[in-house]
Amino acid sequence: MKGVRHYPGFLAMTIICLVVLYAPLAVVAVYSFNGSTSITQWGGVSLRWYGDVFTGPEAGRFGQAAWNSLTIALIASTAATAIATAAALAMIRGGVFRGRQASFALINLPLMVPEIVIAVSTLIFFSTIGLTTGYLTILLAHLTFCIPFAYLPIAARLEGIEGHYEQAARDLYATRAQAFRLILLPLMMPGIVSGWLLAFIISLDDFIITNFVKGAGMETLPTAIFGSVKQGIKPNIMAISTLMLGVSVLFVTAAYLINRKGQKTP
Amino acid sequence: MTAAVDIHEAVKRYGSVTALHRVDLSISDNEFFTLLGPSGCGKTTLLRMIAGFEDVTEGEVRLFGENIARLEPNRRPVNTVFQHYALFPHMTVIENVAFGLKMKGVDAATRRGRAGRMLDMVHLSAFADRMPDQLSGGQQQRVALARALAPEPKVLLLDEPLSALDLKLRQAMRVELKQLQQDTGITFIFVTHDQEEALTMSDRIAVMSEGRVQQVGTARDIYEAPVNRFVADFIGETNLLEVDVARVEGGTAEVVLPGGHRITCPSATTAPGRHHLSIRPERISLSAEADLTATVDRVVYLGTDLQVMVRLEGGTPFSLRMQNAARVSPPEPGATVGLHLEEGAARLLAD
Ligand SMILES: Nc1ncnc2c1ncn2[C@@H]1O[C@H](COP(=O)(O)OP(=O)(O)OP(=O)(O)O)[C@@H](O)[C@H]1O
Ligand SMILES: [Mg+2]
Repeated sequence: MKGVRHYPGFLAMTIICLVVLYAPLAVVAVYSFNGSTSITQWGGVSLRWYGDVFTGPEAGRFGQAAWNSLTIALIASTAATAIATAAALAMIRGGVFRGRQASFALINLPLMVPEIVIAVSTLIFFSTIGLTTGYLTILLAHLTFCIPFAYLPIAARLEGIEGHYEQAARDLYATRAQAFRLILLPLMMPGIVSGWLLAFIISLDDFIITNFVKGAGMETLPTAIFGSVKQGIKPNIMAISTLMLGVSVLFVTAAYLINRKGQKTP
Repeated sequence: MTAAVDIHEAVKRYGSVTALHRVDLSISDNEFFTLLGPSGCGKTTLLRMIAGFEDVTEGEVRLFGENIARLEPNRRPVNTVFQHYALFPHMTVIENVAFGLKMKGVDAATRRGRAGRMLDMVHLSAFADRMPDQLSGGQQQRVALARALAPEPKVLLLDEPLSALDLKLRQAMRVELKQLQQDTGITFIFVTHDQEEALTMSDRIAVMSEGRVQQVGTARDIYEAPVNRFVADFIGETNLLEVDVARVEGGTAEVVLPGGHRITCPSATTAPGRHHLSIRPERISLSAEADLTATVDRVVYLGTDLQVMVRLEGGTPFSLRMQNAARVSPPEPGATVGLHLEEGAARLLAD
């Protein structure tokens, strides 16, 4: 059989897709190094907008937003990973229990539900139980929607680990806890790390839900950027965007590499 | 003396599936005991019950006299060599071998020394710092063996440990395993579906089929004196003939062969009527002084042996073996020959 490469128009289609996907990113990345104050006119290569991000008039606002984003992403992804690990263990090592199918659906439902619906219902939920919107509500919302993203790589990894290893450990005088800590956990680690990285990046990038539940005065990096853009696009936004893009690419690459390394020794 | 492992009327059910029906077995200390049977007969299930990975539905399993039903796997002085080895992929060979000792609380220096000696014993000292996936199948098998032996279990369970190896290596490992068992004095319970493996290594063999133990005995017992059709058919080659029993008493029966000739032979049944007669192919000779007459179909060359395929009067296929010696000339296809049953060739079976 001929590969898909031999279909007519394959090359053109590929180029169109790549351009549509990456041209805007490339433009932003390139113009973040623009020396001029205009966002369309090229004024030579310069790092002035990167300097502006850290020292310019908006530096304080962006600094606070970045701090919020990072701490929320760190706490939410860590907690979500712990919950997702426990869920994966129950689903895959817990044998057959009532409501197993339902649990699986529940864990993964947030991936299917439109984000705007989650955003609205989360906001309604918080106001119903009387929680004032702010840092805590963002954190709780992020923690929740990060769980399925952390769950998927962890569950995929755990499914590939045969039960024999834990049995061998138990057979060799390990208690249940020791078999988990010394055998299963290290074997699951690549899945857990890539689940954590994925959850971290999802939290860091989230805009819609955050925007709904953040409350007045509280900003994360995406909402701060959006607020700033509403006043008109300045080149410093391109610098921030490029920085965030860099962090995302770094994390996703790390997740991919860790997963691939793990696959060699199941 | 109390048995090393005593299985008393053990039943194992998975929902509506019964994997083991009232199994009774008593395995002595220092014995090389083999569970032999076709795929799905319940060998692994029985082993897992002894190791503690399956609970016993009914009946009990005793280890040196102690009922171990409530004992977690890590509390049992029993180690397992798993069918696919299950070496810990994130640990080096020596760490794998030392794992059991570590869990038992043996200090680092002692366990390193002991693990090293175990690796020596399986000729893998040079591989101590490799990862398991950098070893061949045969080497992994030895590591699994060293790992299971290092904590000095009282009973070692081996679940078809040789099945993944090629023939040459398998034959070499049989000898090594047997030697190891004699040197260590540990009770081995060995699972296989390969009868040659079972016959060459075991002190005693339990032949299993469909969740039942059919017969327990030495290799000679089960080969020479199978109690029923399954065992006679499963162990070695045999010819099964349905015959009329003229008289049966005191373990001896007089039966009527096809063609009318009568012989007396040992009997595993006491009931008269029609039963199966097992006739081992290597105990039949071509002779004018015939118990059976047959027509030669073809002669198959097997190296040390010749297999002669014949048909009895009435068309029943039958086979016999002749040594491939210089002085024998094999019969021609189509020839009519007389078959003489030597002493101990025939045995009447229960169903
Ligand atoms: N967890 C289980 N649930 C249901 N049935 C099972 C389970 N484990 C084993 N069985 C059944 O029990 C019977 C015995 O299985 P077992 O694994 O002991 O066979 P075995 O003799 O080891 O076979 P093999 O030589 O193929 O390894 C089989 O019919 C099998 O289908
Ligand atoms: Mg098995």
